[in-house]
Amino acid sequence: MTILTKPAVTGTSNSQLGTYLGLSAVLIGMVILFSSLSDYFFSAATFLAIANEVPALMVMAVGMTFVLIIAGIDLSVGSVLAFSAAATANAILQWHWGTIPAAGLGLMIGLACGALTGWISVTWRLPTFIVSLGMLEAVRGGAYVLTDSRTQYVGSAMGGLAAPSIGGISSAFFLALGMVVVAQVILSRTVFGRYVVGIGTNEEAMRLAGINPNPIRIAVFAATGFLAGLAGLMQSARLEAADPNSGTGIELQVIAAVVIGGTSLMGGRGSVVNTFFGVLIITVLEAGLAQIGVSDPSKRIITGCVIVVAVIIDTLRQRRGRVA
Amino acid sequence: MTLMTATAKSVLTIDSVGKNYVTTVLQGVSMSLQAGEVLALTGENGAGKSTLSKIISGLESPSQGTMTLRGQVYAPKSRRQAESLGVRMVMQELSLIPTMTVAENLLLGRIPNRGRWQANWIERHKLNTLAAQQLAKIGIQNISPDTPVSALGIGQQQMVEIAKNLQDNTCVLILDEPTAMLTPSETQHLFDQVARLKSQGVTIIYVSHRLEELKAIADTLAVLRDGALIEVCPIHSVSENDIIQLMVGHSVDQDVDRLRRPRGKLMLSAKDLGRGSAVKNVSLDLYAGEVLGLAGLVGSGRTEVVRLLFGADPLEGGEITVFDTTADPTPHAVVKKWRSPRAAIAAGIGLITEDRKSQGLLLTQGIRVNTTLSDVAAVSKFSWLQFKRERKIVSDLIHRLSVRCNSMEQAIGTLSGGNQQKVIVSRWLHRECNILLLDEPTRGVDVGARAEIYGELERMAQAGKALMIVSSDLRELMQISDRIGVMSNGRLITIFERGQWSEKSLLAAAFNDVDHRSTLPL
Repeated sequence: MTILTKPAVTGTSNSQLGTYLGLSAVLIGMVILFSSLSDYFFSAATFLAIANEVPALMVMAVGMTFVLIIAGIDLSVGSVLAFSAAATANAILQWHWGTIPAAGLGLMIGLACGALTGWISVTWRLPTFIVSLGMLEAVRGGAYVLTDSRTQYVGSAMGGLAAPSIGGISSAFFLALGMVVVAQVILSRTVFGRYVVGIGTNEEAMRLAGINPNPIRIAVFAATGFLAGLAGLMQSARLEAADPNSGTGIELQVIAAVVIGGTSLMGGRGSVVNTFFGVLIITVLEAGLAQIGVSDPSKRIITGCVIVVAVIIDTLRQRRGRVA
Repeated sequence: MTLMTATAKSVLTIDSVGKNYVTTVLQGVSMSLQAGEVLALTGENGAGKSTLSKIISGLESPSQGTMTLRGQVYAPKSRRQAESLGVRMVMQELSLIPTMTVAENLLLGRIPNRGRWQANWIERHKLNTLAAQQLAKIGIQNISPDTPVSALGIGQQQMVEIAKNLQDNTCVLILDEPTAMLTPSETQHLFDQVARLKSQGVTIIYVSHRLEELKAIADTLAVLRDGALIEVCPIHSVSENDIIQLMVGHSVDQDVDRLRRPRGKLMLSAKDLGRGSAVKNVSLDLYAGEVLGLAGLVGSGRTEVVRLLFGADPLEGGEITVFDTTADPTPHAVVKKWRSPRAAIAAGIGLITEDRKSQGLLLTQGIRVNTTLSDVAAVSKFSWLQFKRERKIVSDLIHRLSVRCNSMEQAIGTLSGGNQQKVIVSRWLHRECNILLLDEPTRGVDVGARAEIYGELERMAQAGKALMIVSSDLRELMQISDRIGVMSNGRLITIFERGQWSEKSLLAAAFNDVDHRSTLPL
């Protein structure tokens, strides 16, 4: 037994590097598999389509990663997405706001929804599952009210986000990528990130170490709401419309992507970069299955199985890691 | 009875049993137990009592040695297997399910129902009859089998737990600190039941460090020290003082000779603290450079007092004043009241909690993260973590307290209890708090780590910090404290100065007013 002979590695530890490699291997394996099964899969058009579809899911998954790390869950992201998009569309169409202030309004509304979820659960010590379930319903209703239950066409007002930039990929993709990097840095290099992980691991220990968990919890939910609002803007930019039904059920896809990335539903453990891979895996899987002509019901069955298998593999890996 | 005289009548024989984890916690323990014998197993905390009990009851397997039960080789692979062979243990933590009735708990796993499926109707009447029979076996008539366990007092729960462990085949029953939470009248009732079981031929291993109890009910005494069996002898042949001597290994008076530390300035003053029935009108002062011990039975309000001082629980009455001792010429009050640990920490107070795992540690996180948690601002700039500085600080603290680990990134959950506790101590060293409250700081800490923790506490006292230590181990308190306050039933009964106390006077104060049940910290 030696006392600290080797300087310890921080940031990217070996096991984390292993996870990155494992997830990229799965991703590459899936690309190879689908390319061999379909003549059309391995093409610039496919990847472009994926890159343009992925940003909304990606930014929400970034927020959800933080939520799961503090051992919470946010089921309302899909509704917040629609509500924010509806508010922006309303501001443009009804009140004739400029694009930028309208987009800002959408983002602030998302932030407020998330902060409200966090504040309610902290103030009355309610499980975030229930609070966000309530928000899921209420905010969806709000989206219908704002849009008069009809799809609002905003035209190309928000085109900037969806417009192709480098290599034909939309700027939204690069924005999402930027969010992943920033969020990972916040998680692993800042005091806030450390508190987030600590609260997810043992909230009482954090409180007794002099850290008030409540503002941090609220901040995490507010950030997730903000990112759901951003996802709403990305979607209405791509579709040139705000649909009150958009994002229905997407919360499950977001949670699945985060969990495939190895973030624990029990809290205390997670990585935004892994979530990035999780989002790509789930998107490539769906695109690939569609390309090789799998019917929609079978697609859902396969996706469901992949999610469960991914979590089993991750759990086994963690357990082995603990013994070693 | 002497060592290793396994006669034909002996029920359980233990031969050179040892256990190694990272270190050796038990070595070469041999003894032999007769039917109807009550063996008092005692020793200091960490002497190996629990390990030996766990080995006998099948929770752990021995690293060396063999056991024989009624002439057969006995090597249980699980608690279940040990139980099927008639060896049972009543643990300190009760295993009853609070929402179920007494009867359901007693017959859990064999609840009578119609047919062979678990989903069949429960035969409530038969269940209650069987349970009543089982309770009657240990002489309990006043507990109705259909009472939910949560409605029972802790003493009655203990009785139910014992009844649960008294199946027909039980031949060896281990009781681990059974009276830790009992009032004297409940304790007396337990003793009656032990005598009854003894007359039925059940062998009882009674684990406790309450000497007066051991003398009252045991036939034989076994003393463990540092994992070795020091003595096995008839209990009437030794005095309480002899037993203490055997447990400690040297004359007790040696420790008590130390002089009182010079008392510095007043650092904290608490007046009339109150919280429900757990803490009533507690007033105390803490001075720089001194160690104030806080003794009392479990549930007497000791933990609640330190939690109030730290702001971990809301104060319902009274006030706490912290003084800035650096101010000249007389210290002046800086903080009068607070509502959160955060404010208490800002006033220079630290708390090492009773339950490390649930209230102190981030088990899956490394030593580094756990150490700097009390003051992350000190290792960050504009909320940006400075890993290099953090590693330097943590590395110094690891060396200072000799934390045994592979690296500072090692998950703290994988360290031994003693090393975990050292990390918690270093957490508050990192914060440089002026007042440190310690609740059972050496619980589950091995002898070596304990000495290192005492050494660090001594250095802190020398440096003018004020320390307050809650402990159930009277000798620990007598060794390190300058003053010892004794609590009973939520009140601070008295504060002894060094030199004025004795184990007897401390115990007498702790049992003061005990007929009113103390509330339990559950």
